[in-house]
Amino acid sequence: MLSRKTARLERRRRLGPLGVLTHVALVIWTLLVMVPILWTFLASVKSEDEIFGDAWSLPATPHWDNFARAWEQAHIGQYMLNSVIVVAFSTFGTMLIGSMAAYVLARYPFRGNRAVYLLFVSGLAFPVYLALTPLFFVVQNMGNVPVVGPLIGLNTHAGLVLVYIAYSMPFTVFFLSAFFRTLPTAVGEAAMVDGASHTRVFFQIMLPMARPGIVSITIFNVLGQWNQYQLPLVLLQERDKWVLTQGIADISTAAGYDQDWAALFAALTLAILPMLIVYTVFQRQIQAGLTSGALK
Amino acid sequence: MLFNRYRRGLFITSFLAAPVILYLVYVISPYVQAFYIAMTDWRGVTATPAFIGLDNFVRLFGDSIFWKAVTHNLALLVLLPLITIVLALFFAFLLNVGGPQGVGGIRGSRFYRVVFFFPQVLAVAVVAVLFQQVFRPDGSGMLNGPLMALGARPVGFLSDPGVAFWSVLGVLVWQAVGFYVVLFSAGLASIPRDMFEAAQIDGAGRFSLFFRITLPLLWDTVQVAWVYLGILALDVFAIVWVMTDQHGGPDWSTTVMAAEIYRNAFQYFRFGYASALGVVMFFFTVGFAVLSLRVSRRERIEY
Repeated sequence: MLSRKTARLERRRRLGPLGVLTHVALVIWTLLVMVPILWTFLASVKSEDEIFGDAWSLPATPHWDNFARAWEQAHIGQYMLNSVIVVAFSTFGTMLIGSMAAYVLARYPFRGNRAVYLLFVSGLAFPVYLALTPLFFVVQNMGNVPVVGPLIGLNTHAGLVLVYIAYSMPFTVFFLSAFFRTLPTAVGEAAMVDGASHTRVFFQIMLPMARPGIVSITIFNVLGQWNQYQLPLVLLQERDKWVLTQGIADISTAAGYDQDWAALFAALTLAILPMLIVYTVFQRQIQAGLTSGALK
Repeated sequence: MLFNRYRRGLFITSFLAAPVILYLVYVISPYVQAFYIAMTDWRGVTATPAFIGLDNFVRLFGDSIFWKAVTHNLALLVLLPLITIVLALFFAFLLNVGGPQGVGGIRGSRFYRVVFFFPQVLAVAVVAVLFQQVFRPDGSGMLNGPLMALGARPVGFLSDPGVAFWSVLGVLVWQAVGFYVVLFSAGLASIPRDMFEAAQIDGAGRFSLFFRITLPLLWDTVQVAWVYLGILALDVFAIVWVMTDQHGGPDWSTTVMAAEIYRNAFQYFRFGYASALGVVMFFFTVGFAVLSLRVSRRERIEY
């Protein structure tokens, strides 16, 4: 009779050489992921001469001034602030009106419910590129609307926020209405009997109960809107309005021979490092949020 | 009672008004307009563009750049899901099942899962700039530096028309794999451990563990992954636009439909032509979605 230990040894023997290969394969992919990122971090503290010297050399002394130039002269600070402002408002707006729509569509049967739901969800199937040209003119025309026009036309952050909210609707409504459908009805009904309004039931009972779903889809939207490049490229053409992704892409595409490469690497580092730190801290929630979003 | 019905209706209307209006204005109306603009010669100068029917489409089919873009999208549609899923399945299997301690995670599997997912949280535009530097054609590039130090000729990762497309594919796979490792790991976690243990006690090696148990039980998740990666392949833009030379590679060797839409609309101001391209892209996407739904439905019946 085999003891547990010999059974384990037996298994290990059978999987032996492959066990080593397992780690080799995993370490190789780890390196493939990390080396380009670390190489960029390294280059961000090199001098211009060192960048054009040996690609793998270590900097003689760290050039922290690269970061100062990226932040100030390449306006990375400004672009990052723009991104933060836009994403803060657009995510909040997406979650607020997206959950309102999802809740009503999930819990209130009324004539046309199905049609409105399908209208939202149909957006999942369309490539955004089809809408790109007309969208540009829609936003441009928004600029002619009396009073609020100048706030929501082309080259405005509020205009971009509205576009982000609208394009986040399909997935947000799709995901959250499936989620609201699974919540129990009893608590809400009891509150209604006690005289709570529909609105109050939503904000004080359903929304708190839906928290896991809300967290997942918020993460999904924050990342998606923060990383957006295509829409701002079309809708924000004035440099001081740009978001971070535009700023980073521009430093490299507009490059001439007098390009400040050291500042480019510093700018890249400034765009990557905060994301990696935030991700490492919240990795459980982020992985769970993004994958549950994809699996719905 | 009547008052209650009224209040209920008011509530529904007030909750749906903002999302529906926003969605109609910014999403539905542009999509509808695009189909009309695709049949005009609109270049943004005249207020009322001339209706030209299907002329844009006829021109499109004679446009060699368009065909290159389509070819690249189709190549990505096949290769990106295939390579990404194979790699991700392989890693997910190693991380979750094939540990040398027997069934169960191998040492450090949490660490690997965290690191593999890194690229997923980076903006595509940032990844594009990052790899533009990695692929630099001279000795200052991360890859060409060591190559040239060894005395080899530098590779034109982005400047050689025969190589550039593969560089694009490589970056897309690099960014996608981690997400699907986590996705498949989540799927594997829901498979009862006993099943693997029983198979192992019966003498199953890694290969039969993978092909006889893991793969069949994960098949639904694999299909989801395939659809997502397929849509990603049809939607590629920033990697091509930002990373490759001349926004589409030397001799259009990396251009894709989305890049040609952007180029035609916002560089050449051919709004009609760009919209026609958008319509073609739309049919590709819908066609792909319908096809993958049918394929997966058929298989579900067989089960």
